[in-house]
Amino acid sequence: MANPIFEAKQVSKSYGSYKALDQVDITVEEGSVFGLLGPNGAGKTSLIRIINQITAPDSGTLLLRGKTLSPDDVRNIGYLPEERGLYKKMEVGEQCIYLAQLKGLSKSEAKKRLRYWFEKFEMQAWWNKKVEELSKGMAQKVQFVVTILHEPELLIFDEPFSGFDPVNAAVIRNEILELSKKGATIIFSTHRMETVEELCDSIALINKSKKILDGKVRDIQQAFRTNTYEMEFKGNMLGFTNALWTGFELIEKWNDQDNCKVKLKILNNNKVNDLLNAVMPVCEIKSFREIIPGMNDIFIQTVQNAKPTESLENE
Amino acid sequence: MTRVKKKSFIIMTFLGPLLMASIGILPVWLAKSTESIRKVHVLDETGIAEGQLASNENIVFSYIHSSLSEAKKNLNNSDIYALVHIPSGKDDNLLVVQRNIKLYSNEQVSLNVKIYIENQIEKQIERSLLKSQGVDKELVASIENQVNVTLNTVPLNETPAKDVSYDPELSTALGAIGGILIYFFIFLFGAQVMRGVIEEKTNRIVEVIISSVKPFQLMMGKIVGIALVGLTQFLLWVVLTGGIYTIFMNTVVKEKYSSERIEMLMQNSPDGTSVDNIDELIENQQMIKRIESINWALIIPAFIFYFLGGYLLYGSLFAAIGSAVDNETDTQQFVLPITVPLIFSFVMAQTILNDPTGTVAKWLSIIPLTSPIVMMVRLPFQVAPWELALSMVMLVLGFIFTTWIASKVYRTGILMYGKRVTWKEIAKWLRYS
Repeated sequence: MANPIFEAKQVSKSYGSYKALDQVDITVEEGSVFGLLGPNGAGKTSLIRIINQITAPDSGTLLLRGKTLSPDDVRNIGYLPEERGLYKKMEVGEQCIYLAQLKGLSKSEAKKRLRYWFEKFEMQAWWNKKVEELSKGMAQKVQFVVTILHEPELLIFDEPFSGFDPVNAAVIRNEILELSKKGATIIFSTHRMETVEELCDSIALINKSKKILDGKVRDIQQAFRTNTYEMEFKGNMLGFTNALWTGFELIEKWNDQDNCKVKLKILNNNKVNDLLNAVMPVCEIKSFREIIPGMNDIFIQTVQNAKPTESLENE
Repeated sequence: MTRVKKKSFIIMTFLGPLLMASIGILPVWLAKSTESIRKVHVLDETGIAEGQLASNENIVFSYIHSSLSEAKKNLNNSDIYALVHIPSGKDDNLLVVQRNIKLYSNEQVSLNVKIYIENQIEKQIERSLLKSQGVDKELVASIENQVNVTLNTVPLNETPAKDVSYDPELSTALGAIGGILIYFFIFLFGAQVMRGVIEEKTNRIVEVIISSVKPFQLMMGKIVGIALVGLTQFLLWVVLTGGIYTIFMNTVVKEKYSSERIEMLMQNSPDGTSVDNIDELIENQQMIKRIESINWALIIPAFIFYFLGGYLLYGSLFAAIGSAVDNETDTQQFVLPITVPLIFSFVMAQTILNDPTGTVAKWLSIIPLTSPIVMMVRLPFQVAPWELALSMVMLVLGFIFTTWIASKVYRTGILMYGKRVTWKEIAKWLRYS
């Protein structure tokens, strides 16, 4: 198991009487892509702001590489907020250099790196433009570059894909993957579960200021497995149904003449092979796969399950 | 940074001194160039003013002897500017006559001309009355020529350095100008701070930046940055205005108001007809001397100090307001209470000018919220060093305090969106650790 690069322990934060975070623990492993999930208003942004030392937690500790987070650590963190913007009246290049200098880069170094990224993203022509002349997506691209420019070891993206068209979203996604490959650790929060499955190694799910689920994406999916399988075959649907004995449950079926597709659940302690043995004599199997629960379903299921207990607590 | 590069800044920087200098120079120049010679006809039925009214650079009197209606007709048709009619009274009682003197003109007579003519006629009536009492006309003229009182006020507690003619009129003007400038600078740059903060907040760039620097640093950076912009502008103004003033002095004024020329004029006009002319010259010359004798070495640094102090005090409050609201229209309810002391001291300036060492003035010049303006108003009137020192210390403490308060509000407010902020809410933010 890799070393944790960042840990938050028992972090709580309230604004007045409103509790934004309640005893939240997260551990992010070095080099991983960590998804911070949760419904709107769950406390994700509060946590991210605490990691960025924009606000201080009321209690709890934050460790970067095992050491308490200090103000100097901002140099090692890159942050792309959800609500993002740039100085509208400033020229793009000038502004990028300014923001890079805030992160501790020298002017010449900033210029050099900016040239590389501007070429890579084909945005050289924007250098002398004012930000207000750029489209929203263009401005976001500029911000993305600024965020990663100082090559931080920990990158935090809050909803990085909002506002991008599919083409640019793909560019950014590839870039995130590449950064991850180069060794950067990435924390990102999003509502888009398909990107979570695609990008994240592990996740934490926050709901109503509490962490309700965390772990590796694969483990979580395993844990949420329902023993459900999908099978396509050629043959007679009736014969197929008859061949199933009590150990299996047919959930759904579709058939188009002798091309059939079924969704079924394996009950009790029956094995996959038992199922195959049972149906093989009556049909020609074309495909067979396990239905792994999507993060989307897991998300909805977990959040909904959390509700009753939450309401009980409140009463 | 972007502010200094803005066109408006550059334009204002160079236009400012031109405007200021022109406020001083233009009237003189305009008066000289546009005031053509005005012919004034005098129809004197009593004979007291006949041949006696002194013409000056702009007004030339000529005497006519016709009927009033004819003279009026004449006035209508010609380039004559005005007609003075001195009607003969019953017994030529001058005290009655003086009430019936009329000035006819085609257009509205300018105030200068009216006052000048009144003066001249008054003088003649005076002389005539004196003469009727048996006083020699020549004697009167010569006495008048010799008497010319200018009060040189000397502050007692001050060692009479040089021949500093310290005069209340100039101090009043200077105090008022200093106070007004501070007032406008604080408002102008304070509002800029506020707008800057709102801009950063609505742009949403603030979150990126405060992930790199502390909110307090960002706030102070904003305030100090704009202060430097303000100072740059002010210093450029001082330099440019000084430059223009010097050039103006060396070319136009020096020659006209030089002592030699005045002496020469005095010698050349022993008859006393152009006495007023010389008086005016002497007065102007003294004015220039007085301007040069003002303790600029105290006033300019004090101005910079009070500008900076007052600006930092109010600037941080303005920054706090900017952070608390979402857009500029919401600022009204917060800006007003904060600027009340500023407006109050501006209004009080008049009272303080009348009584610059009074209790009210003293207290207001020590309380940090009002001291920047009030002290600038008082400064030309000699302020005790300990008062000045106390006021300065209080101002420094004041701005440290407001900055501390403001930073608390700012830190919370800057990331708060879409919430209608009230005073109560802000008070709550202050209690957050």
